[in-house]
Amino acid sequence: MADIAPQESMTEYINHHLHHLQWKVGSGAFWTINIDTVIVTLVLLSLFLAVFIPVARRATSGVPGKFQALVESILMFVDDLVRETFHGSSKFIGPLSLTIFVLTFLMNFMDIIPVDLLPSTAAILGVHHLRVVPTADLNTTLGMSLGVFLLVQYFGLRHKSVGMFFKEMFTVPFQADQPVLKVLLALPNLLLRVIEETVRPISLSLRLFGNMYAGELIYILIAVLTLGMGLSHGMTYIMGPVQFLADFIWTIFHLLIITLQAFIFMMLTIVYLSMAAEQH
Amino acid sequence: MNINLTLIIEGLAFFATAWLVMKYGWPPMMAAIEERQKKIAEGLAAAEQARLELKEADARVEVEIHQARQQAAEIVEHAHRHASQILDKAREDAQAEHNRLKAAAAAEITSATERARSELRSQIATLIVDGAGHILQREVDANAHYKLLNELVAEL
Repeated sequence: MADIAPQESMTEYINHHLHHLQWKVGSGAFWTINIDTVIVTLVLLSLFLAVFIPVARRATSGVPGKFQALVESILMFVDDLVRETFHGSSKFIGPLSLTIFVLTFLMNFMDIIPVDLLPSTAAILGVHHLRVVPTADLNTTLGMSLGVFLLVQYFGLRHKSVGMFFKEMFTVPFQADQPVLKVLLALPNLLLRVIEETVRPISLSLRLFGNMYAGELIYILIAVLTLGMGLSHGMTYIMGPVQFLADFIWTIFHLLIITLQAFIFMMLTIVYLSMAAEQH
Repeated sequence: MNINLTLIIEGLAFFATAWLVMKYGWPPMMAAIEERQKKIAEGLAAAEQARLELKEADARVEVEIHQARQQAAEIVEHAHRHASQILDKAREDAQAEHNRLKAAAAAEITSATERARSELRSQIATLIVDGAGHILQREVDANAHYKLLNELVAEL
């Protein structure tokens, strides 16, 4: 990139791109806020709410406008998935799935914006670190998946009796008829349950985070192809077209990935909630 | 990349958004969609109903047209029959009148002939007597010959 100082090395450039704009609110590593992640998230969710809620409130049951039709088709797509998978009754799971799908997609879409555009703009305004993809921040994906984890436990408690909820911890998946075997199997069952419940939010968050982080990294690596090259530099004219082509191909591929990852996150949330609500 | 406070903020932001969507976005949109689905279902049902009614009406019209045609045919036939009856009657009447007139004329002719004949007879008798008188230049005794003359006249 032409506007990067020539003395900046490749490693510096990459590290710079992977550094959050942070604000320390207390002592200890935990008491830090990634301001860039939070602000982009807030902007995107405001955008989502500001577009969706007015459309929903003004929705007509007559002939819908084109935009209403678009919103409706997304809504129906999510609602059909929920209805197919989730057989309990819940007013929250539909809106939650829609929010996960749309918001995750919007967050992922920040990856498609040219990798240096927003950080460079911010640098002009005096902000020297900026990462614009909230889902490439593990805090975001883990925050979401832990929320889903808590919701799964709540669904489990609400859709069956408390006794049933705790009994299942010791009797599923290994079942036995004799009391002795039951006691013997209680511990493995509990162990499996704990592993299962722990692995779910971790895999859910790491899947999305990994995809987005890798996507961002590849964009950065593509940007590095012409790092520090000016118009006078001969290599610029060789690497420029290569960079353009690589960027083009990766963007097409990545558009598929960001949609797919948003869908997977939503779908798995629905599946986990359905499993929690069903009797074993 | 470290786990920090952002995690909690992001989680809360996410679920707050979902809650807002559940509170203000999802229900009106869903209500609109469901109402439209209902409207469409009703519209389709109404169309189906109308189609059935139309079919029924068509069948009824068909029956009525058939009946009307039959009636018309009956009326025409009746009219034909009536007309021929009138014609026959007229013909009969005319024939009867014809016969009556013919008979009357024939009777007239007969009586007139008879009358003329008897008149002639009487005139001829007088004429003959007159003629004979002239010829004989003398009075003929009418009474003497009357019997003879009457015999002569009767032969005419």
